[in-house]
Amino acid sequence: MSVNASGWRPERPANGGSGAGDATATFSGNRALMLDEALIFEIGTAETTGVDLDASMLDDGRGNRLGGLARTAPIGLPGLSEPETVRHYTRLSRQNYAIDLGLFPLGSCTMKHNPRLNERMARLPGFADIHPLQPVDTVQGALAVINELAFWLIDLTGMHGVAMSPKAGAHGELCGILCIKAALEKRGEGDRKVVLVPESAHGTNPATAAFAGFKVEGIPANANGRVDLEALKARLGPDVAAVMITNPNTCGLFEPDMKAISDAVHAAGGYVYCDGANFNAIVGRVRPGDLGIDAMHINLHKTFSTPHGGGGPGSGPVVLSEALSPFGPLPYTARTADGHIHLIEEERAEEFSNEHFGGKLDSFGRMTAFHGQMGMFTRALTYILSHGADGLRQVAEDAVLNANYVLRQLEGVLEAPFAHSGPCMHEALFSDEGFADGFSTLDVAKGLIDEGYHPMTMYFPLVVHGAMLVEPTETESKAALDAFIGSLRAVAERARAGDAALKAAPVHAPRRRLDETLAARKPILAWKDPAPVAEAAE
Amino acid sequence: MSRYFTREHEWIEVTGNGATVGITDYAQHQLGDIVFAEVPAVGRTLAKGDEAAVVESVKAASDVYSPVSGTVTEGNEALSDDPSLVNSAAEGDGWFFRIDLTNPSELDGLMDEDAYKSFVAAL
Repeated sequence: MSVNASGWRPERPANGGSGAGDATATFSGNRALMLDEALIFEIGTAETTGVDLDASMLDDGRGNRLGGLARTAPIGLPGLSEPETVRHYTRLSRQNYAIDLGLFPLGSCTMKHNPRLNERMARLPGFADIHPLQPVDTVQGALAVINELAFWLIDLTGMHGVAMSPKAGAHGELCGILCIKAALEKRGEGDRKVVLVPESAHGTNPATAAFAGFKVEGIPANANGRVDLEALKARLGPDVAAVMITNPNTCGLFEPDMKAISDAVHAAGGYVYCDGANFNAIVGRVRPGDLGIDAMHINLHKTFSTPHGGGGPGSGPVVLSEALSPFGPLPYTARTADGHIHLIEEERAEEFSNEHFGGKLDSFGRMTAFHGQMGMFTRALTYILSHGADGLRQVAEDAVLNANYVLRQLEGVLEAPFAHSGPCMHEALFSDEGFADGFSTLDVAKGLIDEGYHPMTMYFPLVVHGAMLVEPTETESKAALDAFIGSLRAVAERARAGDAALKAAPVHAPRRRLDETLAARKPILAWKDPAPVAEAAE
Repeated sequence: MSRYFTREHEWIEVTGNGATVGITDYAQHQLGDIVFAEVPAVGRTLAKGDEAAVVESVKAASDVYSPVSGTVTEGNEALSDDPSLVNSAAEGDGWFFRIDLTNPSELDGLMDEDAYKSFVAAL
């Protein structure tokens, strides 16, 4: 029996949760193909090695070549043979949930299918086996991918320019806010220090503004879950640098006053940042540029189907309005009349700006060492080209249709606080109203794990009590949606009825309900050798 | 000695020119198990409505706003070792910080206990 002496160990699920002596308990702790797996430190031993080191490599007769740096004490790493190592990680991987296994309803995350064609293109040696420091002449194909994708993103959003280098959504937010800061400083209005963030915005928005040195102020939502336009207008003034808004917002609702909001912000001398995390609901249907937005990041790992959630990395290009484009970060690509694509970096930025942009470019600096996530650019462009403009439009339509199907099919079981104000966009938002006393959103989430689904986003957005945010995406067929809805309906009915067994969920997962409070209050972040603990116990 | 409440679910108990601030029992109940609390540094100057402290639960992270303007005289160090004090005694040992008031008239805009009870009942 292995021992985790680093502390608390979760209850083992081997007997399905019904306690010791259960007839279904197994000797191994495994349940058929559900394999119980110890920590790698518990199965490894210092005496084992998976590598056959030739002694002469360490000492060729002239003494070892490590000088005085040879270790004298063991370093405490686990030793495993190759098959032991492979089995360990393969067993762990079987306890994971992924978009390739089933519907992933995580709201505001757009967990859609990652087409295999994307992977095939990204693995072409001309894209996969190149180096960022290669001469630009030898990577014209890769630069063409970046340039082509940039044009698609500009076209789909109706914007003026795009910064391709930001590595994910929050990084893109920072890029956009830094562009706004640079534009304000150029205007001599660097004393605008307030960024307004509506309650329905993404949680990263206030963090971004604060990180960039702004003071964040909230704007309340109205009864329909939208930005309170009058409250926003009342707060605008000479100290406001920008408004950060998420559209569609985190209540899964479109902001119909977006153009009026932008006009009011511009009239007051501020800029409008839009969080593009929910772009999937409007791609091909709405161009943010037409709504007066100055900067918006696009999560390629959401809307444009590149891997998301552990499978990353993410990628968050930022589209910019004409007012902000000159301040975008370096490097950027530009195709000249001779067909050559340039990668413009610091040493050529001024010269290139003078030659081709009338000296207007005034980059705030650099976000990344190189040009961005090449692998994600290739996947996203593959997705765009394989769908075409009409296909992308249908993506948005099907994503919205699927979310509304979920919203309406759960009527009467789950309370939808904003359903009265019309259809939702790409995600359906529910509250915990109607659950029996002592039953919460957390219980429903744990129940969904037993049903074989990753839980939805929970307790966000904060404006809804016990929020459950479900985003099915266009990936799912009606049959897949019906199966999920049936499961969520069944679990929600248990919460409404006060089924005590639901408080024990999950009972079929590799681990039972974990003590999240203890884990957060007293986190054990590193494995500790059990030996010192054993001595202390004696 | 009197106790006031804010719409953001802070309580403030005033003794002379000083006051103790915490979050209400209703607030801790809504947040769920508190796992982390950050209190303001002694000597920090706060304006009414400023973000003074941070409270994090298994569900969410929230700001605690200062109900009044003043200078922080003490932060509750016990919360760093045992944030669960906010759950077990939100309106007692789970206080967040003490402050010297610069403008006692700001208290006029706050709710008394009865008014806060009706405010919460209507939520």
